[in-house]
Amino acid sequence: MTVTEAMKAKRFGEMALPHLNAAYNLARWLTHSDQDAQDIVQEAYLRAFKFFDGFHGNDARAWLLAIVRNTTYTWLQQNRNHVHSVFFDEDFHDLNEADSATLCDQPDNNPAAILARNDDKRLLDRALEQLPVEFREVLVLRELEDLSYKEISHIAGIPIGTVMSRLARGRRLLQACLERMN
Amino acid sequence: MDCKRTLELLPAHLDQELGLPESREMDQHLQTCAACHNAFASQSALRDAVKQRATYFQAPIDLESRIRAALPLEPEIAAATAKRRPWQWGSWNWLNAGTMLASLVVLVWSAGLYLATPSPNELLAEEVVSSHVRSLMVNHLADVASSDQHTVKPWFDGKLDFSPPVADLTAQGFPLVGGRLDYLDHRSVAALVYRHRLHLINVYIWPAANERQTALHNLSIQGYHLLHWSEAGMVYWMISDLNPHDLMTLTRILQAQAQRTPS
Ligand SMILES: [Zn+2]
Repeated sequence: MTVTEAMKAKRFGEMALPHLNAAYNLARWLTHSDQDAQDIVQEAYLRAFKFFDGFHGNDARAWLLAIVRNTTYTWLQQNRNHVHSVFFDEDFHDLNEADSATLCDQPDNNPAAILARNDDKRLLDRALEQLPVEFREVLVLRELEDLSYKEISHIAGIPIGTVMSRLARGRRLLQACLERMN
Repeated sequence: MDCKRTLELLPAHLDQELGLPESREMDQHLQTCAACHNAFASQSALRDAVKQRATYFQAPIDLESRIRAALPLEPEIAAATAKRRPWQWGSWNWLNAGTMLASLVVLVWSAGLYLATPSPNELLAEEVVSSHVRSLMVNHLADVASSDQHTVKPWFDGKLDFSPPVADLTAQGFPLVGGRLDYLDHRSVAALVYRHRLHLINVYIWPAANERQTALHNLSIQGYHLLHWSEAGMVYWMISDLNPHDLMTLTRILQAQAQRTPS
């Protein structure tokens, strides 16, 4: 191993590993699976290391999360049968709050449901889980990672205006879901 | 500022993404309009609930060590032999090489600063990556799904102000999957989709700003390989996770084709 190679590995570790929780949290929310998220994050870090020479910016977290996101979608693509329900098509852009009925759990009265209803945390998680992935990802990046519209736009590869409209629509859907579940 | 505009800008205001003049106007309106203020309060409550109560999944404790162990010591050799040697971070004696490293750090650092501003091509490359990922992700590869160039080529007529060269390359190992309209570099472009084994390749084509030919460039971003060049008045951007060698083959085929049929 050459000195530069060692230095590259060291710099990569210092730069990328502090964002491991962010990487895992994103992959976990996009796949709903701990094991898949772990595999994806591991693969994404290997990819990131491979392309580390091409990273010259200063927002390491956004750079890394963009790779995690792309790795996740490639993975979802390859495992489409398994996870087809998280895919959406462009028609979803026209979905309105009334359609949340088809997305969300119906209220029911079994004891577990009543318990869940009284548990804000579980309720929120379940509502967020059921959002189409394009809304879920911007909400996770915004609310849980506290990223700016600009960073989200970079990570998700969408214009800033689209970040804003997806967040707005995502929040309305989430609200509608919560109301239905309550 | 009226209610309609206020409600449109509410999410951005909530996220503190508005400029100062706009957010002042918003505040003024919210102070005087109960309906908008209610909307703001309810969105803000929802935002707080998600921030505070949605689960933040922490990475499992052993994930970091597994990533460290999986990082190849020498990527080229490791890839060639498909053998991964585990190794430990920080197991090197940095002090010994300190002086040399310090000068290297300065070099790398200044190179980093120099390269920090993305060039137009780098921005375009990011657009191409996003478009490619989006086309795979939303299962929207083709507006016209056909391997028949006589179906795909006419489909673009009237949708674009130019006619992209379209050819099925099944015989050469790159069957045409279809075509679609896309948007890159602030204009509508033709996207042709080819397949090679299990890999999908997007080829974006649009008229060049000038007739000057530009040489072939290649780059890698986020695990994707990109090639771009201009030829016979057209700009070409190609992207795939296919290996660079096979992408080069497709490039040569497309270049030869463009020379035969100047648009
Ligand atoms: Zn108002």
